[in-house]
Amino acid sequence: MKEYRFVTAKELLGLCEKYDADISEIMLRKEVEYGERSRQRVLDKLDESIRVMDVATKVSAMEPTKSMGGLIGGESKKVNELPETKAICGKTMHKAIMYALSVSEVNASMGVIVAAPTAGAAGVLPAALFSVFEDFDVDMDTLRKAFINASAIGYLIVKRGSVSGAEAGCQAEVGSASAMTASALTEMMGGTPEQCCHAASIALSNLLGLVCDPIRGLVEVPCQTRNVIGTTGAMAAAEMALSGITSPVPLDEMITIMRDVGRSMPASLRETGLGGCAAAPSVCENCQKGRGDKDE
Amino acid sequence: MKTSYTSIFDILGPIMVGPSSSHTSGAAKMAWMARQIFKHKPDKVTFTLYGSFAETYKGHGSDRALIGGILGFREYDLRIKNAYEEAAKEGVEIEFREDHETNMLHPNTIDIVQEDKNGNKLFIRGESIGGGRVRITKINDIKVDFNGDYSTMIIAHRDKPGTIAYITNCLARYEINIAYMKMFREERGEKAVVVIETDNFIPDALKVEILAYETVSRVELIEL
Repeated sequence: MKEYRFVTAKELLGLCEKYDADISEIMLRKEVEYGERSRQRVLDKLDESIRVMDVATKVSAMEPTKSMGGLIGGESKKVNELPETKAICGKTMHKAIMYALSVSEVNASMGVIVAAPTAGAAGVLPAALFSVFEDFDVDMDTLRKAFINASAIGYLIVKRGSVSGAEAGCQAEVGSASAMTASALTEMMGGTPEQCCHAASIALSNLLGLVCDPIRGLVEVPCQTRNVIGTTGAMAAAEMALSGITSPVPLDEMITIMRDVGRSMPASLRETGLGGCAAAPSVCENCQKGRGDKDE
Repeated sequence: MKTSYTSIFDILGPIMVGPSSSHTSGAAKMAWMARQIFKHKPDKVTFTLYGSFAETYKGHGSDRALIGGILGFREYDLRIKNAYEEAAKEGVEIEFREDHETNMLHPNTIDIVQEDKNGNKLFIRGESIGGGRVRITKINDIKVDFNGDYSTMIIAHRDKPGTIAYITNCLARYEINIAYMKMFREERGEKAVVVIETDNFIPDALKVEILAYETVSRVELIEL
């Protein structure tokens, strides 16, 4: 029996209490225990991912690139050029929006990203973590631990929920990324493990039911702006949790609820590119003569 | 070498060229594995795309990812984006076929045929099973099943008693622990393949020893 075994948030919180440790510390010890590799090797490998994510959040504001499908490109730069007097979301969130757009643009134009937990939702976690890291008094080690914290929440969702858009819609991709990010931000700003789980549960509940409806089946629209809503939603959830707001629905229940909601979605709203935005008359190429009409 | 438990880096990862873990990263990995198994430099490669690959491969850059993998680029290699140009530079002829009719067991299936001017030819069938993970299901006429998560040894041999005992004996002498071992054959006494996935790195010397056995015709190692 492994010492750091957990598959539920309840078990994870139990380990945090037993060892008086943060979520990230338990996840790191689990990785060392299961992977039979040293703590330093895990952190070095993590730094590779962090470097890739750092570049992906910033590059599009400076070098906009058209996506493969041609539906997006240049959005991060546009946000970067918005006059400060019109940035109603405030400095840090403005930056987070710009970063999330950038990662999605890099992904859609065949640049290098880190799936977190998926490629389609790769913008959420780095956008929020880097913007807060840069604007607040957070050191590099705390940033590393925040990424590990996020992976612990992602792990819980992989084990008992879903991170597949084809299986459970966008709530499983951007929703899961948002939950992971909310928890990571909460630990990064000094929240307790319980507060992290509340933040994750709130963030996930706020995106419950979100469908996966990519136009022309491409990871471009509405995926890019959904990354933004996952990011800002995570920041708001973390701020609420840090203030002491709790979710009456525990994270474990929220994860299975998300999975069940996903399973009740029709196939047209699960990454098939047939329903939702993908079937909008203005963008749907097949609507007039093809599959898009069938449901009506 | 990857591991069987769900790691931090399965959640934060893979590091990959976008936009899709299954249609881009998985495609690159599948083609990369196919090239490792072929060993030679192919002069002509034919990809047959089934299911959702046939429908969406261009928008997801699956074509570039497949060519990149064949050229030896890993799933995080930025040269994938310019894979057509890279293939032209290397003189590799590329052909894509879309099969919208055949109903494959898995919707994300691809066949890869590599040929060179010396008459070497290899057929590989693979499936992209999500999150950038892949499974090779067929090598030439023989059904197989492995994913490259472990150090993998593929041994082609004639189905004859004693062969497997010899192979496992060799592994034991090198103190290599077998994680999975699967046997596949066409018919009793005919061509057969054993796929061994191990927890440890497999040295070339072991490969040479196994290859020396009379019924063994080919041994390939895949280290990811």
